[in-house]
Amino acid sequence: MEPLDQELDEAELEMPTEPMLLNVGPAHPAMHGTVRCVMELSGEIIEHVDVQVGYLHRGFEKMCERGTWTQVFPYVDRCNYVSPMLNNVGFALACEKMLGVTVPERCQWYRMILGELARMSDHLTCDGAMAMELGAFTPFLWMIKAREMIWDLMEEETGARLTHSFGRVGGMASPPTEHLKENARAVVKHILSVIEECEKLLLGNRIFLDRLEGVGVISQADAVSLGWTGPCLRATGIPYDVRKASPYLKYGEVDFDVPVGSASDCFDRFMVRLAEMRQSARIIEQCCQRMADSGPVNVTDPRIILPPKEEVYSTIEGTIQHFKIVMEGLKLPAGEVYAYSEGGNGELGFYLVSDGSGTPYRVRIRPPCFLITAGLERVITGAMMADVVPSFGSLNMIGGECDR
Amino acid sequence: MSKALIDLIKKNFGAAVLETHSLYGDDTVVVEASAWKEVARFLRDTPQCSMDMLTDLTAVDFPEREPRFEIVAHFYSLGKGHRLRLKTRTGDSEGDETDVDSLTELWASANWMEREAFDMFGVIFKGHPDLRRILLYPEFEGHPLRKDYPAEKIQPLIAYRDVPNIEKIAPFSVDEGMSFGRQTHAGSRGRDDSQVN
Repeated sequence: MEPLDQELDEAELEMPTEPMLLNVGPAHPAMHGTVRCVMELSGEIIEHVDVQVGYLHRGFEKMCERGTWTQVFPYVDRCNYVSPMLNNVGFALACEKMLGVTVPERCQWYRMILGELARMSDHLTCDGAMAMELGAFTPFLWMIKAREMIWDLMEEETGARLTHSFGRVGGMASPPTEHLKENARAVVKHILSVIEECEKLLLGNRIFLDRLEGVGVISQADAVSLGWTGPCLRATGIPYDVRKASPYLKYGEVDFDVPVGSASDCFDRFMVRLAEMRQSARIIEQCCQRMADSGPVNVTDPRIILPPKEEVYSTIEGTIQHFKIVMEGLKLPAGEVYAYSEGGNGELGFYLVSDGSGTPYRVRIRPPCFLITAGLERVITGAMMADVVPSFGSLNMIGGECDR
Repeated sequence: MSKALIDLIKKNFGAAVLETHSLYGDDTVVVEASAWKEVARFLRDTPQCSMDMLTDLTAVDFPEREPRFEIVAHFYSLGKGHRLRLKTRTGDSEGDETDVDSLTELWASANWMEREAFDMFGVIFKGHPDLRRILLYPEFEGHPLRKDYPAEKIQPLIAYRDVPNIEKIAPFSVDEGMSFGRQTHAGSRGRDDSQVN
């Protein structure tokens, strides 16, 4: 047999090369169905990439300009469809900021419990999908099963598993159920055990670690300049969390930490999400302790909140009130407002412009993952083709929110 | 605290500041379109402001006003924790002459958000490196978030695009394309199964 390391004249090996154009997506499973990357490859190295979004654009902002403020809720549900409750609450907070009302304390705790559960479902999906895309199917199934428990609880509370449309300006659609705390504690307990099991499966796995560590690195300055927020920014070591930086609801009164990463690679983004779920569990426990078992959930202002059905059917005032809100829509004062809360992927902002009628003049959602996806080009340029999958997975691009 | 920011901008760009207000606690400065980029640069580079993050940039259409469009940017300073909304006005009643300076040089996040504002409103950002549609397709007619774009408008069907190098897309003929793949198949055809394993 001839030796493999033959003496070769290197000049003879010079072959004309041309970059290869590779199209990934939009129907590629690793692109989550809605992003197309046109890459110019030199060997396996990505020289240039053009990230194209918009395949899930449904005209969210145009649709909002056609109904009432309350009718926006079903639309925001379909923005980040993995944690719709956070969008509901975010939009309700924006309208309430404009109206100058604060919901009763019990409602604030209630919103926090549901919101943190939604955040857990968001992170479970992202981490699970990341593991699955790297070939670890079991953690994905476990995490999705745990997410299913959250959605069962949501169904119990709101009547819908996924698109709850449960937020209302000035409160919630209905008060918490009798068994909310009990159910929430049981779900959280289960999720914590799932996280622990998945950690044992994944964090000792050489293949999994090798594909995440040192992959998809972005500098702190770049992340800030790109407007990254949420777990992706915190993975770079910047502890910016809207819940801490400008507390809304009761986040100023609960005790929780903001986990940060240091290497700002895919592994840190994965770990930040895992750690945040544990913090969410802490918040939920504190909320359960402090939320009153009875008391008002909605504000009492008749211009904002629909009257109880018994009144609508038995008194003229109730009927008129109901009619005014349903037909004309509740009226936000003229002006503009920017309200922000911590969504599953970062700062979820709503910029609302009202002309004083019952119809929104302009509803602009500031989608955290639109800006994060904008950074994908910088993350994967110069990386290997195979690194695209974990890098893209760790950014947690949610099509509905990115493309609206 | 951000009140001080408004005063600071007024002091430095007095002539260009059209209006200021602090409605619902959001401090807002409206400036001339010609000063847009300079004010933004000032906000980023002055130590008292140090707005290191451009959180949001969008436009609002007021067809009955002249200038017609409002460009709205929201800034946030991670270090100082304060926010500011900066607005400018541009465009005539027909929706033309909407030129405004691009902020892409100052913040990378402006890139996609300006593309979106161009896509939805037809605002032209001067100096943007890659101003093309982002959420809609290139052949789309009109700018959907303008108030004079009817929501029920139906877009025309479009022809197949001319793709350069389309002849290189699979299936390749026998003698071109990914030769290593073909050769493997051709080679394995005559091979004994036991040898493969």
